[in-house]
Amino acid sequence: MGYNAGNFDVAVIGAGHAGIEAGLASARLGCNTIIFTINNDAVGNCPCNPSIGGTAKGHLVREIDALGGEMGRTADECFLQMRMLNRGKGPAVHSLRAQIDRRKYADTMKHKLELQENLILRQAEITDIKCDENGDWFLTTRMDAVFRAKAVIVATGTYLGGKIFVGETSYESGPDGIFPSKFLGESLRKLGLKTRRFKTGTPARVLKSSIDFSDLEVQEGDVPPIPFSYDTDDLGDNKVVCHISWTNEKTKKIILDNIHRSPLYAGKIEGVGPRYCPSIEDKIVRFENKERHQLFIEPCGLDTEEMYLQGMSSSLPEEVQTEFYHSIKGLENVVIMRPAYAIEYDCVDPLQMDSTLEFRNFKGLYGAGQFNGSSGYEEAGAQGLIAGINAALKVQGKEPFILDRASSYIGTLIDDLVTKGCNDPYRMMTSRSEYRLILRQDNADVRLTPLGRKIGLISDERWEKYLKKQELKSEEYKRIKSTVFAPTEKLNKILVSRETSEVTTGVRMIDLLKRPQINYECLKEIDTERPNLDSNIFEQVEIEIKYEGYIQKQLEQVEKMRKLEKKRLPKNVDYNKITGLRLEAQEKLNKVCPENIGQASRISGVSPADISVLLIWLSQNK
Amino acid sequence: MSTVAAISTAQGQGGIGIIRISGKDSFTIADKIFKSVSKKKVQDIPGYTALFGYVYKDKEIIDEAVVLKFAAPKSFTGENVVEISCHGGLYVTKEVLSAVISAGAEPAGPGEFTKRAYLNGKMDLTEAESVMDIISAKSKSAARAALYVKEGVLYKKSQEIKELLLDKAAHLSAWADYPEEDIPEISYSSISDAINTSIETLEKLLSTYNAGQVIKEGIDTVIVGRPNAGKSTLMNLLAGREKSIVTSIAGTTRDVVEDTVLVGNVLLNLSDTAGIRETDNEIEKIGVKKTFERIHSCGLVIALFDCSQKLNKEDMALIDEIKNIPSVAVINKTDLKNRLDSDYIEKNIKNVVYISAKNQHNIDELKEIIEKITGTEDFDPSAGVIANERQRDAVSKALSSLYEAKNAMELGMTMDAITVSFQETIDFLLELTGESAGEEIVDKVFHNFCVGK
Repeated sequence: MGYNAGNFDVAVIGAGHAGIEAGLASARLGCNTIIFTINNDAVGNCPCNPSIGGTAKGHLVREIDALGGEMGRTADECFLQMRMLNRGKGPAVHSLRAQIDRRKYADTMKHKLELQENLILRQAEITDIKCDENGDWFLTTRMDAVFRAKAVIVATGTYLGGKIFVGETSYESGPDGIFPSKFLGESLRKLGLKTRRFKTGTPARVLKSSIDFSDLEVQEGDVPPIPFSYDTDDLGDNKVVCHISWTNEKTKKIILDNIHRSPLYAGKIEGVGPRYCPSIEDKIVRFENKERHQLFIEPCGLDTEEMYLQGMSSSLPEEVQTEFYHSIKGLENVVIMRPAYAIEYDCVDPLQMDSTLEFRNFKGLYGAGQFNGSSGYEEAGAQGLIAGINAALKVQGKEPFILDRASSYIGTLIDDLVTKGCNDPYRMMTSRSEYRLILRQDNADVRLTPLGRKIGLISDERWEKYLKKQELKSEEYKRIKSTVFAPTEKLNKILVSRETSEVTTGVRMIDLLKRPQINYECLKEIDTERPNLDSNIFEQVEIEIKYEGYIQKQLEQVEKMRKLEKKRLPKNVDYNKITGLRLEAQEKLNKVCPENIGQASRISGVSPADISVLLIWLSQNK
Repeated sequence: MSTVAAISTAQGQGGIGIIRISGKDSFTIADKIFKSVSKKKVQDIPGYTALFGYVYKDKEIIDEAVVLKFAAPKSFTGENVVEISCHGGLYVTKEVLSAVISAGAEPAGPGEFTKRAYLNGKMDLTEAESVMDIISAKSKSAARAALYVKEGVLYKKSQEIKELLLDKAAHLSAWADYPEEDIPEISYSSISDAINTSIETLEKLLSTYNAGQVIKEGIDTVIVGRPNAGKSTLMNLLAGREKSIVTSIAGTTRDVVEDTVLVGNVLLNLSDTAGIRETDNEIEKIGVKKTFERIHSCGLVIALFDCSQKLNKEDMALIDEIKNIPSVAVINKTDLKNRLDSDYIEKNIKNVVYISAKNQHNIDELKEIIEKITGTEDFDPSAGVIANERQRDAVSKALSSLYEAKNAMELGMTMDAITVSFQETIDFLLELTGESAGEEIVDKVFHNFCVGK
């Protein structure tokens, strides 16, 4: 038996994007917290793309920030280029993405952990996990140190039972040459957790000076760049550009000639890979008729010459990788610095968890990130934050914090995981949210900052700033309601140029903004009384006016959904004993153990008639 | 909870039909379709009182009726309840229900009134158990109904539209969620084409709906059985005149013969069919094929078995084919020596009747059974078109979502607003065909598009 190394309220295993948010949230809520990592230099590592955000993921980052999490602020501090994706496709799908300086991001996050009160960052491999009859958890390290904690959050990412595949070569490893967590998986299984294997992959990193950029399309950042965090006032300028190239017939031939050497096609990988993140060989095999595939060349940082080849992940042998990369325009002489690889790892079926991310059958044990079957830094950070908050609240004997689907993408992500489960690594998408017209990235603060404040993660300063912004917003709303433009030639000229009908009488500014063709920008000239406000205020006001009907309709749907969510189902119900439920419904309900009627209604195989039966059964058992 | 309505008396029977409305808007809904002779409004009279007057649909009188008002909580369900007593019969009661639903009520689900009564504390615990059984039994029969609807035009049409919209929704989703991938351009015109095609198809489907069509147009009924089991005799018996060629040589009926007969309260469009048997005769083969097609497109099957013959392979195939669709097994020739395994038939087919067509024995019993089947509320008079209020409700909701999408496009709204209406339409179509919504769009994105890093 090892030595007693200390007692903590909350212990977090893993210091990736999930572990960081979990540890920070728990410590900031006043819990004595420790974060374990196999290598202190791998804190906040980005082993895949050097970017944060993107479609739907940008929503998650904004939401993490609105609740008082760290990812958005750090991304702003380390940004190299900002782009608002989907401009012109509608406000619901606007999504922010930052190219970031990968090393700086990791160092900044590590430093923040070190500076955080109530938080210890500890380099150690956890090899054993146990729980005693009092519900206390004991974590043993490779050095035989035993740490006691009231709650544990597992955020092991791709390290848990990690195994790397490159062609015929495979070996046990975490990402970037860091050793994997070899014993914890077995210990978790012994405890009674069901684990499974998932797989993911990453492209090669190559030397910048070996790329010929002369013929490649350039992708610039937005001017001015917009920050993630509501704390960031000024980002400064974009610092880099990205480039675009394409695969060709030659690339395709090289890959198809060598496909038998892919560990996936040779059947060596048992893990399930993400559908949305296919390797280049997957894309070529599955979409045989597509002549070419796009790739992005992204810098990894300002102090490095490593470049990331987005879209070109592969698990083919190194020499095949070199050959097919060389077939691509601009990469004819490219020098590989780190080869592409596939990595397989242990994760759990999230149906074993509640919406707090606590395991139903293991009180005080939480999971977050890839360990829960998701994929992506942002998905991990979001879950880490919620697991961290709930572990802390539990230790402090407080009510849990649950976000529902109508509140946020975070709530949608977690509800999808714990209600529907996932058969491949789960990625957030805007099409996964039925309430996407109200869950926009521009209004994450309105939706979540009051909740973050209530929990205790929003500082006084930030709260004041938020309240001030709301005040300015409502003043602006009043202003445009009372601003009336005369039917001048100037106004009609604007209207005609925007291809919308002219006016013959005075018109309120609010009514003009209702027209899809009209925005704040084009009225600038005649709107002489316009105050100098943060652009996000104009954005929110305009969207709320323009989409008022749709927003209203979605709010009504939300109200309906919330009524069902309020009808809580007791825990430990044996659904086989409820008469009137169909067999399929009984099975599914027993597996998922929904927390309320709303959740039950989203389980596939549970019909409206089954829900009626549950409602009656509920009122019978009041 | 919403306000719901349903016919609460057994359908297809004579006498009085009662349409019950329950929920907070019951009174105002009743006032929209009912005008009393005394000019009093339902919402103004006290509970437990009645009004006499007329029920209107689209400004036309459907029927005379008595309206009874029960104010919450003093009603069966504990909510505001209105009961409209009109003249019985399928046509009138369905028309009245249709009017009530157009006025804002939603069709009640299986066991809905009893469920509400329970939830509002109007029943005790033991009663509640039986309510759950009722709901579950009704949903099981609804599931069976959904099964045979799969053969029908309604299912196929809605499936076509669903696929069309799913394709577009997946394309829009890939386009929004993977803005930097080289997703093929999606044009405004292809989206609006999809919307217009869908609207046109759904409008057409909706126009096929007529609450009273069962009575007006009759139920497509097919008589099937082995050659010479007595199909033509039975048909002539029901129709009351010679129509098909009746001989004792097996295989004389090759064409599908049609006739219309009134059985009790319902009109049957009878088709006599070629007998089902394996044959090398080309013409007869076509006849057999036609017969199977008929079985799946009709509303009711009358399967005829010969009491004097053992069940053969073709009989078994026929039993298997019809056991999940509304059907009655008629065992003919009870005047002859019994060699038939009737237990097997009774085990597989719910309605069995023994007759002698030749002696006209037990024909009335057969008519009664037909009335019973067509009178139940789960009966779908024709698998081809919209047959009940729930289907109509789903189709009209899908339509209004589509009109919203169309409207948004014409106004020049952004695609995100349009995708929300698309998704809603798809959800309503799934509701219509009884499939559960899930990850359909997301699955399609990954199936159709090469996206990802």
